[in-house]
Amino acid sequence: MKANSENSQKLGFLLLFVCIIIALLALGSIIYFIASNGIKAFSWTFFTDIPRKSMTAGGVGPAIVGTLYLVLGSVLFSLPLGVITAIYLCEYSPKNFTLNLIRMSINNLAGVPSVVFGLFGLAVFVKLFGFHVSILSGSLTLGILILPGIISASYEAIIAVPQSTREASYALGATQIQTIKKVVLPAALPGILTGMILAVGRAAGETAPIMFTAVTFYSRSYPSSVMNEVMALPYHIYVLMTEGTHPEEQKLIAYGCAFILLILVLAVSSIAIYLREKQRRKYV
Amino acid sequence: MGLSDKIYKYIFMTVALSSFVFLIGIIIVLFSEGLPVLSSTGVMAFIFGKSWYPTSTPPEFGIFPLISASLVVTLGAMVVAVPVGIGSALYIHEIAGVKQKMILKPVVELLGAIPSIIFGFFGMLIVAPFLQDLLHLSTGQCAFTGALILGIMAIPVLCSISEDALSVVPKSYREASYALGANRWQTLWKVIMPAAGSGVSTSIILGISRVMGETMTVLLVTGGAAMIPKSIFDPVRPMTSTIAAEMGEAAVGGAHYHALFAIGLVLFLITLMMNMIAEYISRKYRMKLGQDV
Repeated sequence: MKANSENSQKLGFLLLFVCIIIALLALGSIIYFIASNGIKAFSWTFFTDIPRKSMTAGGVGPAIVGTLYLVLGSVLFSLPLGVITAIYLCEYSPKNFTLNLIRMSINNLAGVPSVVFGLFGLAVFVKLFGFHVSILSGSLTLGILILPGIISASYEAIIAVPQSTREASYALGATQIQTIKKVVLPAALPGILTGMILAVGRAAGETAPIMFTAVTFYSRSYPSSVMNEVMALPYHIYVLMTEGTHPEEQKLIAYGCAFILLILVLAVSSIAIYLREKQRRKYV
Repeated sequence: MGLSDKIYKYIFMTVALSSFVFLIGIIIVLFSEGLPVLSSTGVMAFIFGKSWYPTSTPPEFGIFPLISASLVVTLGAMVVAVPVGIGSALYIHEIAGVKQKMILKPVVELLGAIPSIIFGFFGMLIVAPFLQDLLHLSTGQCAFTGALILGIMAIPVLCSISEDALSVVPKSYREASYALGANRWQTLWKVIMPAAGSGVSTSIILGISRVMGETMTVLLVTGGAAMIPKSIFDPVRPMTSTIAAEMGEAAVGGAHYHALFAIGLVLFLITLMMNMIAEYISRKYRMKLGQDV
């Protein structure tokens, strides 16, 4: 009986070890294949040039710039909304009904499939508001997608500010809004920024929400206004894999795009995770 | 509270309600844009109709092949992700030391941040040709490959949420089990896992919801035939990739356009239901733990 349970423990732990190895191998091999093939596409012109010879040569400059614009736009839109929502939830601790309503909305919004955001953006921003397929429509759509993440990160950051700090501010005669602006927000800023960086990583890689709202599959120039349609890295990978007639040349460029995107997302996310762990340790 | 404080409060409240407005907006858009097709085809005929020929005359809008494709792919993904994801969580929780934990947890989270287009790209270029050769398939782009890639994608989701659930199980449970003479494995398997059960099942439900809503991966990997799959090695076209692939060619305001929104509605309602179940379970779970501690 004793030996039996010892053996089952050994077997069980072995199985768990196998699980984590499978997980790390599967995900690690993706990074390996993208990196080892993608690096071959890299050159200075790959980052700066426009696509040439119907996307079989040249660079992906417009796609990089397009992705940066979309990410910037989505953060500009959702950061203020997210931070103010978090302030309201933490500092004004609204009555149960309002609190639950907002909480419920955030949780469910977080679970909406990304392609559904694309449909919403198409119907509302592109058609109803008449923004057409543009950086503006795409940024707003992506902005709504990353909003739940920004709210929860900001909420976590603001709620972690010790109550005594607020009380000290009130004791000095500050009003609530002064306390929020001058005491709570500065203290919560690192946490809020971390949430923002995580959201940047998410927004950069999303494809489905911008497919109908922002992107064009080919552009010879850089965007000059928020009403322009743009190329974007993730969509460019999709286009290279599904359109055109030169699969081999296109494959290399697609690998290059995928590697840029992977570096961008992993770099940004690791910075955010590192900062977050550092902040958590500070408060605990 | 001064007057300006009150004004700020109402401004902040209005902004805070934006999440609610967006959620309602999504529901309104999906219903109003999807309704024309639902009423002309009929809800039952739309959901259970066996043929999806949106561009033939007259067009046929039966999305059962698409729903069954989503279900097959999701189920297959869970066969991969549930054991590996939860097993990894158990490993991180029970076996990994402090140092390993400090590395593994962020690494898992980082892997969860890899965009779905990259998984799709990898699946299409590397995994599909590999499986095609290995299993002598007519095409590597099929439900099986899709399920495999989606399963790998879902591992970080399941692992992170399950690990969180395991880590809040009170220490006293473990001590009580040791005191009864159980070893670490028996304690982990028979005491801690069941105690974290609702958290672990939440991770599974959220994983299902995430996988079902995944678009770019299935678009690139599952082939794209809108037929009810007879085998797991058939090419399939799940709901998400149908929307993504066909929106570009559907005339705005036409029946096809509305049908794609109606698919979005079905997809939205399924994932909404999943998320609500997950939230309900985790809320009950927190209450239970609150009483026990």
